[in-house]
Amino acid sequence: MQCDECGKKPATVHITKVENGKKTDIHLCDQCAMQKNVLSLSTNFSINDLLAGILSSGAASPIKLDPIQDTKCAVCGLTYSRFKETGRFGCSGCYMVFGERLNPLFKRVHGNTAHTGKIPNKAGGRIKVMREIEKMKQELEQAIKNEEYEKAASLRDRIREMCKAEKGDVK
Amino acid sequence: MKGWMEGNGPQSNIILSSRTRLARNINELPFPDTLDAERAGSVVKTVSDSLEGGVPDIGRFESHRLQDLGQLERQVLVERHLISPKLAKQNNGAAVISDDSIASVMVNEEDHIRIQVILPGLQIRKAWELASNMDDAMEQRMEYAYDERWGYLTCCPTNVGTGMRASVMIHLPALNITGNINKILQAVTQIGLTIRGLYGEGTDIIGNVFQISNQITLGRAEEEIVENLTGVTMQIIGKEKEARRILLENNRVQIEDRIWRSWGIMKNARIMQSQECLKLLSDIRLGVDLGILEDIPVSVLNEIMIDTQSASLQKRSGKELTAAERDIARAELIRSKL
Ligand SMILES: [Zn+2]
Ligand SMILES: [Zn+2]
Repeated sequence: MQCDECGKKPATVHITKVENGKKTDIHLCDQCAMQKNVLSLSTNFSINDLLAGILSSGAASPIKLDPIQDTKCAVCGLTYSRFKETGRFGCSGCYMVFGERLNPLFKRVHGNTAHTGKIPNKAGGRIKVMREIEKMKQELEQAIKNEEYEKAASLRDRIREMCKAEKGDVK
Repeated sequence: MKGWMEGNGPQSNIILSSRTRLARNINELPFPDTLDAERAGSVVKTVSDSLEGGVPDIGRFESHRLQDLGQLERQVLVERHLISPKLAKQNNGAAVISDDSIASVMVNEEDHIRIQVILPGLQIRKAWELASNMDDAMEQRMEYAYDERWGYLTCCPTNVGTGMRASVMIHLPALNITGNINKILQAVTQIGLTIRGLYGEGTDIIGNVFQISNQITLGRAEEEIVENLTGVTMQIIGKEKEARRILLENNRVQIEDRIWRSWGIMKNARIMQSQECLKLLSDIRLGVDLGILEDIPVSVLNEIMIDTQSASLQKRSGKELTAAERDIARAELIRSKL
């Protein structure tokens, strides 16, 4: 089978593209596939390939020539499409630039998208307060369910106070 | 310099060691793979300086730049589990190692910082606490890459969150002999843990030593990871003990014969290949645990396991050795220890 793009070289990359519910099969040679930035073509299979596989198997569409994909990290220069190939970040800035798009990947790898562990002392103050408020909100709900209205009222007051103090801190 | 090899921890007849590793990075600095030599050097300096005063319960640290170490010395550190094979190849990296070899920091491996504590026996919690103390000391001197949503940010998405990998090295000869090992391994991988063993040709397990570690780092707190791994490990220890009891009840003579034969070869062989050594070592370890062999400290068995590896043997001889020469040196070393 020849490459759909150049018609010269044999097709080695086969992709099913889904658009508006219509499936199209695309066959590309390795060169054209590389140019289109479709797949990682590394020959030795590694955890990175696996991750890259997860990243590009998002239900949306295998090849999505979405301009957002080429978001580039200003600190290290890594693009989102390159990240999808390698499965490695270039620096901590990449996380901020790629943002919420990373959550499906984290969900697949860890089954979770939110950190619940240690907090650095430096970053700690605010996050610790937020977590405490979150915990008290859950206790409040429980108290209401159990019809412990006195406890609920005092919890509500404490949550209010903490939220107020928190907002004051930010300013 | 013995570190975990001392072998004096709880459950040390089945658990060789417990390890906790924490991955950390410096904010807004490219990860080591793309970091230039100059900035990589300043990371090494920052990390070494941050541990200069020592850490409570650990003591003092010494910093070794990889570029100052020869290939053999690097390999010895790998064999002693103090650095990874990846760090051994990084000229811009460093290993900051505690006096007692229990704690170390790999600088500029995959992440800027990999804190590691290895203790003898089953002490995952203690290993986490010590690693966390080091983490606290280091954090005062640098700004970590950390995000409220995702926790500690790492080069590989499989480490994000706590950046923590907790693991135990566990010796399971009876489960293997009684043909139950695969059931256990399967069960373990189904509950979010990873298991690694040393395999020879095909699917034969060599030495019956396995490493079990947590896979998930995001959405589980460190304490949960510790509890979970400790709980599973205790259960596996229970199964191994049960298998040992059944073996002794039904096949006492056969087991004794196997152990005494292995002892005979270990104590007398003049040529010893590394895989054979690990196989026999497993029998002897079992013999000691079952009280069949007496007066052999666990530390000696751990030393044999570590010091009979290729680079350690060559360092000891003070020269490069061919494979055949290593087999002879290995046999000599074992006889001198037993
Ligand atoms: Zn083509
Ligand atoms: Zn970046």
